[in-house]
Amino acid sequence: MEMTDVSAAEAPVASNPVMMRASKVCVFYGEKQALFEVDLDVAANEVTALIGPSGCGKSTFLRCLNRMNDTIDGCRVTGRITLQDADIYDPKVDVVELRASVGMVFQKPNPFPKSIFENIAYGPRIHGLAKNKTDMEEIVVTSLQKAGLYEEVKDRLNEPGTGLSGGQQQRLCIARAIAVSPEVILMDEPCSALDPIATARVEELIDELRENYTIVIVTHSMQQAARVSQRTAFFHLGKLVEEGATDTIFTSPKDKRTQDYITGRFG
Amino acid sequence: MAEHIVSAFDQELRQLASRIAEMGGLAETIVNDSVVSLTRLDAELAQSVVLADRRLDALQFEIEDKAVLMIARRQPVAGDLRQIVAAMRTCNELERVGDLAKNIAKRVIAINGEFHSKKLVIGVEHMAELAMQQLKNVLDAYTQSNAEEARNVRERDEEIDRLYTSLFRELLTYMMEDPRNISMCAHLLFCAKNIERIGDHATNIAENIHYMITGEQLTDERPRADETELSANDSDS
Repeated sequence: MEMTDVSAAEAPVASNPVMMRASKVCVFYGEKQALFEVDLDVAANEVTALIGPSGCGKSTFLRCLNRMNDTIDGCRVTGRITLQDADIYDPKVDVVELRASVGMVFQKPNPFPKSIFENIAYGPRIHGLAKNKTDMEEIVVTSLQKAGLYEEVKDRLNEPGTGLSGGQQQRLCIARAIAVSPEVILMDEPCSALDPIATARVEELIDELRENYTIVIVTHSMQQAARVSQRTAFFHLGKLVEEGATDTIFTSPKDKRTQDYITGRFG
Repeated sequence: MAEHIVSAFDQELRQLASRIAEMGGLAETIVNDSVVSLTRLDAELAQSVVLADRRLDALQFEIEDKAVLMIARRQPVAGDLRQIVAAMRTCNELERVGDLAKNIAKRVIAINGEFHSKKLVIGVEHMAELAMQQLKNVLDAYTQSNAEEARNVRERDEEIDRLYTSLFRELLTYMMEDPRNISMCAHLLFCAKNIERIGDHATNIAENIHYMITGEQLTDERPRADETELSANDSDS
C-alpha cells in the first residue's frame, strides 16, 4: 500500500472555509455565567477539538452549536452563532431542522430501544428524506457503511441496537447522526465509555468522516485531541484561552494556562 | 514552571536534566584533558581520555533509555516534550564531543616521539580554549534555561571557525618552513578540525536549548567563516 495518506495530525490546516462561527457567545445558567464572550470559528471539513478541565464550559459551548441548551430551564445564550452564515438562534429557525444539520453524538452510546435498522431509519423518516422503502434501505446501508459498522451488522439489521457492544453502539449513534445528512457532527466525549480498540476505531472513523463533514469534539483525553483534530481550542473557567492548529497547541502553546493544562500541571 | 500533578514526572524530568549536566561536565573534562595531553604530549593522560569516553557513551545510552521510557509512560506534550527531545539530542551531541576528544587523545598517543617544537601547538591550544568556553557556556545555558545565552553561543561559533581558518594557514607555513614539521603539523591539523567540530556541536546544543525553551527552531544560516575548504581547493589548482 502506498504511503500517501496523511494522518490527522499532519493534515493541512487553515485555508478551509468557515462552517460555523461563534461571536461573543455568553451562556448563563440562571444567575451564574458559564461562558464568557467566546469567539471561535469552526472550519469546514476539519476536526476541532475542545479541551479543558471539568466545568470549563467546553460542553456548554458544544451544546450551543445545535441549541441543545434550549432544553435546559433557566439557560440563556447571548452573542451570535452562525451555520454557513445563517444565525442559528434566529426565531425563524426550526430547531429540529437545525439538529439534523448539526448532529450530535453523546458520551454514552444511546441507541433507541429498537432494531439496528430502525435506529438509523428514524431520523430520515421524520425528516422525510426517503421517498420509498428502497430509498430508506439505501440510506441505512450507506450510513452504516460510512460509520464503518455495516460489515459487522449486515446480517442482523433487525436485531436490537442495544445488543451491540459499546463501541458498535457508538458507531451506530454516529451512523444515526450521518443518516440525516448533517453538515456538522458534534461529539461530546464519544470515546470515554469505550475500550482502547473501540476508541481507535471511532478515531479512525472521525478521520474518515472529516472528508464529508465538519466535526467538533469535546474530549478529556489530550492525546485524543492531538490525534484526531486539526484545530484545538482550550477552555478554562468559561473562557476560550487559546485556539490554534493542533500541532502548535501540543508542541508550543502560547498561553501558560494551556501549557500547564496539557502537560498535566493543573486540572 | 508549576509542578506536575503527577510528582514522579517532575522527578524524572529533574533526573534527566541532572544526567545531561553530568554528561556535560564529563565532556568538558574529557575535552580539557585531551588538549592538555596534546600540549604536553602526555600519552598517559591521553589514555585516560580514551577510557573516560566510554563513561560518556554509557551515559548517553542511559539518557536515551530514560527519555524513551518517559515518552512511553507520560506521553509528554508542549514544554515537557521539547525538554525530553532536547535532552535526547543534546546527549547525542555530547557523545560526539567525547568522540572528537578521544580522536585527539588517540593522535597524542600516535604522535609520541615525533619531532616537534612548542610553538606549533600554541594556536591549537588557543582554539581549544575558545571551544571549551563555548561548551561551558552552552551547558550553563542548559542548566539555567537561558535562551539568550544559547543564541550568544551560536553567534560566537564564527570565531572558532575563523581561528581554524587562520590556524590552517599557520600550520601550512610551518610545514613549508621545515619539512620535519610536516608530520606533527598534519596531526595538529586533524586535532584543530576536531576542535572546530566540537564548536559545531556546542552550536547544535545551543540550537536544541533554544528550541527547548522557546519552541522555535533557529533555522537561518549562520555566516560561515571557515574558508579552509576554499583555500584547499586553491592550493590544488
